[in-house]
Amino acid sequence: MSLETSLRSALGRARGLGSAKEGAASHWMAERLPAIALVPLALWFVFVAVIPNLGASHAEIVAFMGSPFNATLMLLTVLCGFYHGMLGLIVILEDYIQAHTARNIAVFATKLYAALGAALAAVSILKLSVGG
Amino acid sequence: MKTHPRPLSPHLQVYKLHTKVTSMLSITFRVFGAVLMTAGTFFFLLWIVSAASGASAFEAVQGFYGTWFGYLVLFGFTVVLFYHLCNGIRHLLWDTGFGFDMPTLRKTGAIAIGAAATLSVLAWIAGLAAL
Repeated sequence: MSLETSLRSALGRARGLGSAKEGAASHWMAERLPAIALVPLALWFVFVAVIPNLGASHAEIVAFMGSPFNATLMLLTVLCGFYHGMLGLIVILEDYIQAHTARNIAVFATKLYAALGAALAAVSILKLSVGG
Repeated sequence: MKTHPRPLSPHLQVYKLHTKVTSMLSITFRVFGAVLMTAGTFFFLLWIVSAASGASAFEAVQGFYGTWFGYLVLFGFTVVLFYHLCNGIRHLLWDTGFGFDMPTLRKTGAIAIGAAATLSVLAWIAGLAAL
């Protein structure tokens, strides 16, 4: 790398950002920050939120979600999960769907589903926790 | 115009995927990620939305998760989630520049499978004990 075979400087090459003309780094970072948060959140979700509530009655799940701590962690799991999942699925669709129209529709549908699912889950969590 | 047979680029079939551990781990990670965002979020929404909708809806959904098919769904998703989680940590390590040589790739891949299997078994021991 130290031997330059091009007259273009390293800074100039980095500034170009390729044919996309805009940075992919923001999408890349946006997918990874929730991923880091999801490492402890996913473990909490399985071992604390789901397993102890297997076969729980409605009163038991209301009591569980009534704890502000549980409701907060569930909300964070939902928001990070849907956001990370949306970005990840969009990358997959962009990689494998060749036709422009089909790709754009699939990407748009993924965004709609993520927004709908995250909002539906968030309202449900808030209703269980503060809607008594 | 006469056409000549031209050399083709290698198709997927020419690679012995079952002997290439790292590529199998990679595509499985992607497929499981897509499964989590589609079917995984659906089964999660079913659970949380029914809980918020009231007692009768929630009991019906809990009844579904108590059937053999419900257990299959739950067991499947523990494996899918834990594999995506463990291999995702590999990805986060690669983002720091760590572990791109083949021996390390095979080693971290084996660790990811082992960790995902251990977490799945632990979840199921805890799950069956909780019932």
